[in-house]
Amino acid sequence: MHGMGFGALYLLACSGAIVELWRRYRPDGPGEISRRDEAFLRGYLLVMAGLAWLTVFTGAYVIYPWYRAVPPPGTSDLAGFPQRLLLSSATTIDWHSVGMEWKEHVAWLAPISITMACAVFFKYGRHLRSQPHLRNVVLCFLLASFLTAGIAAFLGAMLNKNAPVAGGRVIQIVTEGK
Amino acid sequence: MPSQDATSPAAIPNGFGAAAVLGAGIGGFALAVIAIAADRVPALGRVLDFYKPTGPLSGVTTTALAIWLIAWAFLHARWQNRNVALGSIAAAAVILFVLGVLLTFPPLGDLF
Repeated sequence: MHGMGFGALYLLACSGAIVELWRRYRPDGPGEISRRDEAFLRGYLLVMAGLAWLTVFTGAYVIYPWYRAVPPPGTSDLAGFPQRLLLSSATTIDWHSVGMEWKEHVAWLAPISITMACAVFFKYGRHLRSQPHLRNVVLCFLLASFLTAGIAAFLGAMLNKNAPVAGGRVIQIVTEGK
Repeated sequence: MPSQDATSPAAIPNGFGAAAVLGAGIGGFALAVIAIAADRVPALGRVLDFYKPTGPLSGVTTTALAIWLIAWAFLHARWQNRNVALGSIAAAAVILFVLGVLLTFPPLGDLF
């Protein structure tokens, strides 16, 4: 649900929102923007914001604890402990120290930017046509949201390829000195 | 002289949008700075360990989100009914956000 559900839907929706805002809401955009069109984009952005928040919260509070689970002492098969599996080999250590370290933070920039875009559109709607600077900066943030979500999605897919997160019922917590 | 519609473009000040945009820039930058600080200062990392299974990431993100929302609310209260210099505010917001993206990249964040 986290990646192939919420995350993938968010990435797909991103391109639609960018095209719609760029094409229809530019000052010389085609035709009148009806209240129905405006309401559609409001709902679309609201769903996108919901998807973005669901993605990061499920990632941080459901998947990530499984990822960083600590194996019991003496465990030789690290298949169920993705972080430890990646750290156990020089050829995969960067997938954690660069890949996961970047993913776990950069992903949060997507919901921040889409929430801002959603709030601005709720306020201005069709009047963004007459506020080109505001429309342009919202578009920049939408692109940044797409980029950051894309980075997180790519790294998530690569991490899962190298060390699949299977999940489970028991979560062991990382504690210092143990 | 025609009367001005309350919802006409000229009747909507850009302050609402400017506050939202700059708030997002501040939030993105704050996230990167707090993540670097939590990584560099073990004591801060422990303080930010709000939820044990997730570790310091829980505190880093919660604190950054709080800073984002507080900054947005503060700017909103000041600008919501005004027209502001959107060009410079938008530039500042984009720079802060891009710095946030770059500083979350570990090889760059590790320089500090």
